Amino acid sequence: MATNTSRLSRFYSLEFILGAALTLIICLAVLLSDVLFPGGADKINLIARLTKPFTTLAYPLGTDPLGRDVLARVIAGGKISLLVGFTSVIGAVIFGVLMGLIAGYYRGFWDMLVMRFADLQLAMPFILLAITFIAIVGGSLTNTIILLIVSQWVQYARVVRGSVLTLREREFILSARAIGVKDWRIIFQHLLPNLIGPVIVLMTLNVANNILLESSLTFLGLGVDPTIPSWGGMLADGRTYLQTAWWVSVFPGLAILLTVLGLNLLGDWLRDSLDPTGRTSR
Amino acid sequence: MAGFLIKRLLQAIFVVFAITLVVSFAIRLTGDPALMMFQGGGSMTEEDLMRIRASLGTDQPFIMQYLNFLKGMVTLDFGRSFTGGTSVSMLIGNALPATLLLAFISMFVSIALSIPLGIKAATARGKGADQAIRILSLIGLSFPNFWLATMLVLLFAVTLGWLPPSGMSGWTSYVMPAVTMGIILTATNVRLVRTSMLETLQSQYVMVARAKGLSETTVLYKHALRNCAIPLITYFGLQFGGLLGGIVVVERVFNWPGMGTLAFDAVSARDYPVLQAVITVLSLMIVGVNLLVDIAYGLVDPRIRTE
Repeated sequence: MATNTSRLSRFYSLEFILGAALTLIICLAVLLSDVLFPGGADKINLIARLTKPFTTLAYPLGTDPLGRDVLARVIAGGKISLLVGFTSVIGAVIFGVLMGLIAGYYRGFWDMLVMRFADLQLAMPFILLAITFIAIVGGSLTNTIILLIVSQWVQYARVVRGSVLTLREREFILSARAIGVKDWRIIFQHLLPNLIGPVIVLMTLNVANNILLESSLTFLGLGVDPTIPSWGGMLADGRTYLQTAWWVSVFPGLAILLTVLGLNLLGDWLRDSLDPTGRTSR
Repeated sequence: MAGFLIKRLLQAIFVVFAITLVVSFAIRLTGDPALMMFQGGGSMTEEDLMRIRASLGTDQPFIMQYLNFLKGMVTLDFGRSFTGGTSVSMLIGNALPATLLLAFISMFVSIALSIPLGIKAATARGKGADQAIRILSLIGLSFPNFWLATMLVLLFAVTLGWLPPSGMSGWTSYVMPAVTMGIILTATNVRLVRTSMLETLQSQYVMVARAKGLSETTVLYKHALRNCAIPLITYFGLQFGGLLGGIVVVERVFNWPGMGTLAFDAVSARDYPVLQAVITVLSLMIVGVNLLVDIAYGLVDPRIRTE
């Protein structure tokens, strides 16, 4: 068994290194995009249109039918994806954790409300909710983030509620209550630190998931404004030129795959190290 | 058992009511369909508008409209499409089989892939094969389904010319959509199979079966697989919603004449009766499947009923 465990732990650290490296490279590229490509993502150069990738240093990944630099656009698209991924998860965590704490600690009406919402969500796949929501409010960057928060807070609320239900019967909480510690203090100082592990795991996996969802929505024309360079939008454009310019469709998709893979590797590694019982496993 | 059945049924009915209510209400918020029908369509008098509202039924209070919609749901009459005036039930009747067929083939592809792979990963726990399958499954989970579809089109339709790039014509047109969804589903399923298999392999009857000298294949596929079939079927059933959601997106890439294409066309044409019907029908199916799975599980495993 000893060799098995060491091999397993080596594997997990490889998972961590790969995930962290991918995520870091992508974050760095996005942060430095303005330095690397000053005003490059939207610059039209009709003379250089449909340049093949790997043929010239000026356009390493080629150009699209308007002569725009594919590499610059892919990196600019990363800005949108990371922005949506992180802000939507932060929003969902704040609201979901709060609701989960209230539902689990006070039970009763709040608890019922949260659980019925969870039932509703199980029955309504994200994409249907998205179609309804976007048909009403219209597609935009802000609306995409709001949609993701609305559709995901329940996940956090459920995980937190579950943990609170078991924690609230434990001695340290009971004794805190017995000596008259205020409710909000029990919730934020005693309960919250004890259930943060599964929440962090869920967060990492959901940033990845939300990047996927945002790109699908934008691909379908329901997400981010098509004039802003984004991965989903580039893929929607590229579909028209699949016969003549494969690279316009290949590289943005590859960017999504690598970003999401990096975050999933990190999330998987975190789950194994923080949450060995697998409460958050999908 | 009766109590459990009634409770689950009531929950399902509640969910259906809530979804239809929210969708109907939300769609009414978007504005007056009478005005939308004639966007830029020349001059209209107030009487024209009133007449259209009366014919659409939108002059009635919301609660009456909702009751009419519920009545329509029961009698399978969802009104007429704003664009072209076709009966919505007919549009759904044409699109739903295309989507469901794709869903079942994808599910089949995924089960055929994930059971042997999951069993292999479980029996080779911690070894090379297990790690390879784990990495592959993570890559699969990270694939945008619509991009995987596009790449398949690029390879098999544009470059090799083996398969039709889009549409629903003959069995060859099913291959790429079904393989896309099958692969995406397999990424999740392989992990589920591996986990339940690992639990089962530690049980005593598997030890007994091995001690009897049965071949490893018989032990794995006949004894172990059968015993973890119930949780697996439950997981696969609960995936139905996600599967339909994925198909709706992938349909767009392949111009598949299903519910997704119907929904997106309805969004861009602001064809609300169609949109409302598509969402209601798909949600109903998902609630129905979840209910059946729960009831079946409750029948087989009495411990579930008391939860």
